[in-house]
Amino acid sequence: MTVGLGKDLVGLEHLSPDQIRLILDTAEPFKEVSERPIKKVPALRGKTIVNLFFEASTRTRISFEFAEKRLSADTVNVAASGSAVQKGETLVDTAKNLEAMRIDMVVIRHPSSGAAQFLGNRIRSNVINAGDGKHEHPTQALLDLLTIRDKHGTIAGLKVCLVGDILHSRVARSNIWGLSKLGAVVGVCGPDTLMPRGIEELGVCRFRRLEEAIEWADVLNVLRLQLERMEAGFIPSLREYYRVFGVTLERLEKAPRQLTIMHPGPMNRGVEIDSRVADGSHSVILDQVTNGVAIRMAVLYLLAGGRPELADAAKGPSGGGGGTSE
Amino acid sequence: MSRPLLLRGGRVIDPSRDFDQTADVLIQDGRIAGLGPNLAPPDGAEVRDVRGKTVAPGLVDVHVHLREPGNEDVETIASGARAAAAGGFTAVCAMPNTDPVTDNQAAVGFIVRQSVRAGLTRVYPIGAISVGQRGEQLSEFGEMVGAGAVAVSDDGKPVVSTHLMRTALEYARTFEIPVADHCEEPTLAAGGVMHEGLVAMRLGLKGIPAAAEEIMVGRDILLADLTGGQVHLCHLSTRGSVELIRRAKEKGVRVTAEVTPHHLTLTEHACEAYDTHAKMNPPLREAADVAALRQALKEGVIDCVASDHAPHAYDAKEAAFDDAPFGIVGLETAFGVCYTELVEGGVLTLPELIARMSTAPARVFRLAGGTLTPGAPADVVVLDVTARWTVDPAMFHSKSRNTPFAGRTVSGRAVLTLVGGKPAHETKDLRSP
Repeated sequence: MTVGLGKDLVGLEHLSPDQIRLILDTAEPFKEVSERPIKKVPALRGKTIVNLFFEASTRTRISFEFAEKRLSADTVNVAASGSAVQKGETLVDTAKNLEAMRIDMVVIRHPSSGAAQFLGNRIRSNVINAGDGKHEHPTQALLDLLTIRDKHGTIAGLKVCLVGDILHSRVARSNIWGLSKLGAVVGVCGPDTLMPRGIEELGVCRFRRLEEAIEWADVLNVLRLQLERMEAGFIPSLREYYRVFGVTLERLEKAPRQLTIMHPGPMNRGVEIDSRVADGSHSVILDQVTNGVAIRMAVLYLLAGGRPELADAAKGPSGGGGGTSE
Repeated sequence: MSRPLLLRGGRVIDPSRDFDQTADVLIQDGRIAGLGPNLAPPDGAEVRDVRGKTVAPGLVDVHVHLREPGNEDVETIASGARAAAAGGFTAVCAMPNTDPVTDNQAAVGFIVRQSVRAGLTRVYPIGAISVGQRGEQLSEFGEMVGAGAVAVSDDGKPVVSTHLMRTALEYARTFEIPVADHCEEPTLAAGGVMHEGLVAMRLGLKGIPAAAEEIMVGRDILLADLTGGQVHLCHLSTRGSVELIRRAKEKGVRVTAEVTPHHLTLTEHACEAYDTHAKMNPPLREAADVAALRQALKEGVIDCVASDHAPHAYDAKEAAFDDAPFGIVGLETAFGVCYTELVEGGVLTLPELIARMSTAPARVFRLAGGTLTPGAPADVVVLDVTARWTVDPAMFHSKSRNTPFAGRTVSGRAVLTLVGGKPAHETKDLRSP
């Protein structure tokens, strides 16, 4: 039986382990494309993709754009500022207008949780969630999974702890689903003010002290602390946050095993992470960024109807067309 | 004068007198003229065979939003009164969060006049507690009551100032009106869009904790105890609130409370998939809350059912969950949903449900109605509890369609609604000899 992804990718919560593995496996052959002198394959030739970003983003937007261009799709970037959105157009009107232009795919980032699903339910084009509010950021979690698999060879049985602002983090939610489905043991660590009440119900281990999490984990995924959380009163100061929850070299040196350090970026050096850790030998932070392009190529390819077994051929110089069958 | 009307052979339920038996009801000159077995129709009387139907005092809803003045596109007093009549209601109380706010005698008088002009279900105005619902200065309760207001409330905007709530409860005593409060501690609820719980966590939506309601329920009870005023707590949603009210009532504090059909029947899970028709404030809570609310309604800890009918434009709910407005319409589904879930579901008897939807709310807000006592105004509903129907928002008399019950099949509907003896709603299938 073949495993597909369906029309949209809005999150990992409702994907099966097989679907997640399919994306990771499909990303493998695409990694090599970015290593070529001519970084382009014809898999999505003739497809039109809109990158609809209602929230500022550098890394994710550029990563998607590279993925699209390396697959030969035609892309348009729409940012909220300067577009009709800023003039009061509703999300549903934006969706209908995009639909009317007969586009094939939309990559959406939006400050409201559920916005990607909302769009996906209203247009025929494929919708990829590039982060919706505090809900999910599935391609980030997928690239995290791929990076962990690259580093450790497997995901099942690993202990992975997410550190920091779990409450407001879509990266955390997607990671919890993805890691759990692939058999990892998931931990969360941070102050209670930044932790959803009842998070244990998702089957994760709860740590209130970073030292305990470090003693427990194989992998730390350090989340960005949004600086506005301090103004909103969730933490007293960035200084104290670093002293209590900062992932520092001194803390890591006490770990019983060598930890893999991840961060979805952009980093606040000296707030959630020590520069010496970010730049150190345990860090796979830049591998995450590299894998981001391959993961997004895989997602685009699969949603466009590309057959996973042809992904390797599709990327070959003479293997074009494999991804464009409908 | 209109013809006398004899409703023959129905199951007559009058909770105001613990009456429940097969009987005839005679209506003459807009009043209940007689009630008993085998009444002889006066000369020229119209006789309606209502065997198999239930005859009860008209339903009373102490909490509706009719949007006039200010947002007549989504509801008017006339369309709201029409929807109310179709739902079996003979009296509703309109909240003051209109535009401009109903915070003075002229504004109250406008609502009374529009209600009379519509000539359907009676619409009683509720005046604002504070000028402009701004929570600063008391409105003129005396003049508003003189113009027809039956209660005061800043509904939608909780009374944040404890001092203002205290003075409102004290000042309202002169006029013997309840002070109705939407219990929500605003700093705790800020930015919340649904119940703070597991579903909100998964959906990545900001939650409103149960404590946001309970803190204000506790405060209002303490103030009612302090002042001797009557506090009426709107649309309760948590088991913790139920416990606070239970204890207050045992102590003799003058507190009354209402619960909506949706809080009695739906949980936070209705918000799955970001269904904006399940977005309301207070939010839908957990199964244990629903169970506690049902039990409280059964025991009378919660006095009555109120719909919190809140119409919105058809496209307002067509938005991301964060961006959609709170609230649903409820007048036309309230009885069917409650009958199906509570009576067929074995929680309440039919007389108990009618008590909670008619007699009790009329008593809490000191309104005429809620009784079939001879001499009382003939505000009467004939219900067909055997009628199975599927909620189709396109068929609503309300101007708005925002309901989470669309597509749900329920039992029980009003087939005839009489306001002062005059039909305000009548289905075609009610047999007439």
